[in-house]
Amino acid sequence: MERAALGDKAAELAVAVARGERPALARALNLLDDRRPAARQLATDLLARLQSGDFQRDSHLIGMTGPPGAGKSTLSAALIRVWRQRGLGVGVLAVDPSSPLTGGALLGDRLRMQTSDTDEGVFVRSLACRGEFGGLSAEVWPMSLVMLAACDVVMIETVGVGQREIDVSRMADTTCFVAQPGSGDSVQFLKAGILEVPHVLVVNKEDMGAVARRTLAELGNALGRSHRDGNWQVPVLSTSAANGTGIEALADTLAQHHAILLRDGQLDTRRRSYQAHWIIKRLQQEFGTHGIARLGGENTLAARLVAEHQSLLDQYQAFRQCLLNPTYPEGGNTDHAQS
Amino acid sequence: MSQETVKRDRPWLMRTYSGHSSAKASNELYRMNLSKGQTGLSVAFDLPTQTGYDSDHPLARGEVGKVGVPIDHIGDMEALFEAIPLDQMNTSMTINATAPWLLALYVAVAEKQGADPAVLQGTTQNDVLKEYLSRGTYIFPPGPSVRLTTDLITYTVDNIPKWNPTNICSYHLQEAGATPTQELAYALSTAIAILDAVRDSGQVPAERFAAVVGRISFFVNAGIRFVEETCKMRAFGRMWEQLAAERYGVTEEKQRRFRYGVQVNSLGLTESQPENNVQRIVLEMLAVTLSKNARARAIQLPAWNEALGLPRPWDQQWALRMQQVLALETDLLEYGDLLDGSPVVEAKVQELIAGAEQEMARIAEQGGMVQAIESGYVKRELVKSHTRRMRDIESGALQIVGVNCYTQTAESPLTGGADSGIMKVDVQAEHDQIAALQAFRAGRDQGAVEAALAELRRAAVEGDNIMPASIACARVGVTTGEWSEVLREVFGEYRAPTGIDIAMAGQADSPALEAVRERVRATGEELGRPLRLLIGKPGLDGHSNGAEQIAVKGRDAGFEIVYEGIRLTPGQIARAAQEEGVHLIGLSVLSGSHMELVADIRDQLAAIGAQDLPLVIGGIIPEDDAAQLRAQGVQAVFTPKDVDMNAIMDQMVTIIRQHNGLEPLA
Ligand code: B12
Ligand SMILES: Nc1nc2c(ncn2[C@@H]2O[C@H](COP(=O)(O)OP(=O)(O)O)[C@@H](O)[C@H]2O)c(=O)[nH]1
Repeated sequence: MERAALGDKAAELAVAVARGERPALARALNLLDDRRPAARQLATDLLARLQSGDFQRDSHLIGMTGPPGAGKSTLSAALIRVWRQRGLGVGVLAVDPSSPLTGGALLGDRLRMQTSDTDEGVFVRSLACRGEFGGLSAEVWPMSLVMLAACDVVMIETVGVGQREIDVSRMADTTCFVAQPGSGDSVQFLKAGILEVPHVLVVNKEDMGAVARRTLAELGNALGRSHRDGNWQVPVLSTSAANGTGIEALADTLAQHHAILLRDGQLDTRRRSYQAHWIIKRLQQEFGTHGIARLGGENTLAARLVAEHQSLLDQYQAFRQCLLNPTYPEGGNTDHAQS
Repeated sequence: MSQETVKRDRPWLMRTYSGHSSAKASNELYRMNLSKGQTGLSVAFDLPTQTGYDSDHPLARGEVGKVGVPIDHIGDMEALFEAIPLDQMNTSMTINATAPWLLALYVAVAEKQGADPAVLQGTTQNDVLKEYLSRGTYIFPPGPSVRLTTDLITYTVDNIPKWNPTNICSYHLQEAGATPTQELAYALSTAIAILDAVRDSGQVPAERFAAVVGRISFFVNAGIRFVEETCKMRAFGRMWEQLAAERYGVTEEKQRRFRYGVQVNSLGLTESQPENNVQRIVLEMLAVTLSKNARARAIQLPAWNEALGLPRPWDQQWALRMQQVLALETDLLEYGDLLDGSPVVEAKVQELIAGAEQEMARIAEQGGMVQAIESGYVKRELVKSHTRRMRDIESGALQIVGVNCYTQTAESPLTGGADSGIMKVDVQAEHDQIAALQAFRAGRDQGAVEAALAELRRAAVEGDNIMPASIACARVGVTTGEWSEVLREVFGEYRAPTGIDIAMAGQADSPALEAVRERVRATGEELGRPLRLLIGKPGLDGHSNGAEQIAVKGRDAGFEIVYEGIRLTPGQIARAAQEEGVHLIGLSVLSGSHMELVADIRDQLAAIGAQDLPLVIGGIIPEDDAAQLRAQGVQAVFTPKDVDMNAIMDQMVTIIRQHNGLEPLA
């Protein structure tokens, strides 16, 4: 198809997505998953539209992680109910951690998230972790961008402590870690510095009583006061997803963090640095560290990506083209700062 | 010696699990069965009654009176037992989440008949834990469910002393794939969870606790490996006796006795050459009768046409006659225990006990049965066992005559006829039931109903025994849906783990699987992204085995599978298909409501602009319905005879290819 015709199609889809039309959102997510060249082009155009000024909105991207069984899905369901009561449109990307070599996957974590079958205000897409791109699929970030255009709150839910959790924290505006009462893991990880990342810590299952209170106290102690992003005291909250207690407070805290990011103008900066991170990671995957070196090295490249204000896939494609050109950077314009 | 009159044991209780259409129709059936020599009643309720919905609830559509009798209120219960004096009857009710309610109705009807509730005899199944694992008619989360279970137990121990308040069930676990060891371990772990809860509830004084233990009975399965199954029954008896003595300090021998009823295995009954099921059923019955010291107290048998659909009166009669021939014509009941002293039997029993004890220790380590269910552990173990069974059937390692060997057959005279050899429930039954329900509601004292419901709510919230308030509700005409709704509001609802997240097979894959996997991969590549399949269980149907096995096989074949468990609405399924961007929807329906549900789902898909998604269905679908579904555009219909799941996967790939205009693969 001609680029112009594709452009029309992308524009139409972007408008429909931004209006929150569910079939359009479904189609857009399928498109971002589609590896055929025509689809790639359309996806690039779609993201270019959605990331342009026309569709900017202050939606909130939240990453939810924690060990399996801590109650993330149940808690997400409870949060969704609160958000819906507050009139917010909600998108969820549920990332499944298991990915056998056959490529097959079992997805079904959405089961606790479904609130009602007539509520048009919740949209859940499950994603298999397809074994690439560290802990999360490469599609998660672009899909988040599409969801952000259609919803007020978007949540990425995934199992994990460690790498996957760090990956989420490199995408989400606010990272929320859900801890299981009585499991030493959380405290261990905290001490090892892995848990420096979340902006909000939640000890779920407070209905379990003493053991939950103990974990709450341990996490409270082990925790440094403020987040390394600055300007944010990391709160340790207590909830019971099962009984629905503490959920409003959690929603408030998440909203507070979002408000601070907006107030300080950090939301945009942060998303651009995430975008740079995603592009570098993808390029690295395809072209190795050598490829990144050809582009001037990670730091320089990141700075350049952040400065450019381009949409995700356009930017990615542009740099990819550079690297596909065997003579690059001879004809290019990098500052050979590092190698 | 030969001159003496032989002293025969009394036969076990013979029952037929039945109920359909309406209370009136079921009552006629019961009276006919009793006149044929059946000695007790076994009531099958329809799915709305079991899951706490009135017949006119949207979720009940298509399910009313299908797989059992609909009971909306005391009027239905009265009609069900019309001219059957309850003080002389022994009634078993297969009822779980709503067990306190159905018992309340039973008591209220007995009162109306002028009987003293204290003399009532019978059984409420009342084992919700296995509902989470297999049977699927749970409503509330495990905590409140265990509380309701214990309330019923403590109430009957005090007020209806001959009632069996709970049947701890291992039957359904075997039907979901459990091995004999797993059956033993999970049933006994469930018994521990319930008895501990009764003890800890403080409702029973310590000196009366042995009486509670003495009232616990079991509902067990017997599969085709009948030697091992006999040994399992002996193992059960020994383990239970020991548990009662050691854990609960029961000293009286009678109160430690393992009392059990049986329905023999139905999972192994086949659609192909269904007449072979008769042999299977008879052999399975031997397993639970052969050993006098481990003999069943009550038996109900499935019918030869189990895998085809619901049995007709004649089919049930045949099943009853199997029992009668064994009990009355053979000399089985003239002897003492035939197996005592056999070293072969003893070794097998020891082996089963050792294996079960090990698994019970694993459960205990996790904090007990409730925790092991909530974490998904037990369900995963069951899915693993069932997957192993299916794989063995596919490979031929497990031979099933007429299914994967000796498949050639002459035409069967049994399956012909106008009704194709099964019972068809009159669709008019649902309309009639709804009209009668609405008339009943209009005619009752609304003030009394509201007061009774308020008292029910109070009892639920404050932790009082739920039975007195429930009986009061029954008397004034509260409905099943109203009773359940109050408790839903107080306790919340629950979705159990699906258990399909098991590891891939460790062993080498079959060439057939490898071949499908390649086709799945190639097709995904052509379509730009991995193939996605939604497996949907619409309606109130709890039969999850097929959906689980298809899900696991689909994953192994390289599909990305979206499966959210049982009991979803057509709207939820349609939306999930759209949100998840699947290439194909696969429904699994075994409850008989496939025509209504497929129509609903297609409407819902059209309403959200997703009508072009292709649809296949599997389950218990009679051939004429299948033809109709195909004519309506359903791409394929699978039934139990399609045991080659690689072939099913292959067909689904072909459907996706055709639907997307791709050329056939070489
Ligand atoms: C096992 C079983 C149970 C177990 C279920 C355990 C579980 N978690 O699944 C238990 C004991 C709990 C049970 C209970 C009941 N059962 Co039942 N049960 C059966 C039984 C014996 C076997 C079903 C089975 O699991 N087969 C094994 C699986 C692997 O096979 P399958 O589901 O057919 O799937 C295969 C194909 O059909 C196909 N397929 C199926 N789904 C899908 C989906 C897709 C996408 C694809 C591609 C293919 C596909 O592929 C599979 C591979 O071969 C059948 C009779 C029979 N022999 O078939 C009765 C049967 C289904 N049960 C029946 C009834 C009535 C009940 C009850 C409702 C009784 C009652 N009144 O309470 C209860 C309640 C259950 C509930 N909540 O809904 C009836 C249904 C009657 C009807 N449709 O008209 C049957 C037919 C028995 C009978 N003749 O009366 N049951
Ligand atoms: N007691 C209690 N159990 C909970 C709570 N939240 C979730 N659970 C249970 O914990 C288990 C795991 O929950 P799930 O949401 O699937 O956890 P995830 O793996 O982190 O998504 C399930 O059995 C839930 O019912 C809670 O607040 N209290």
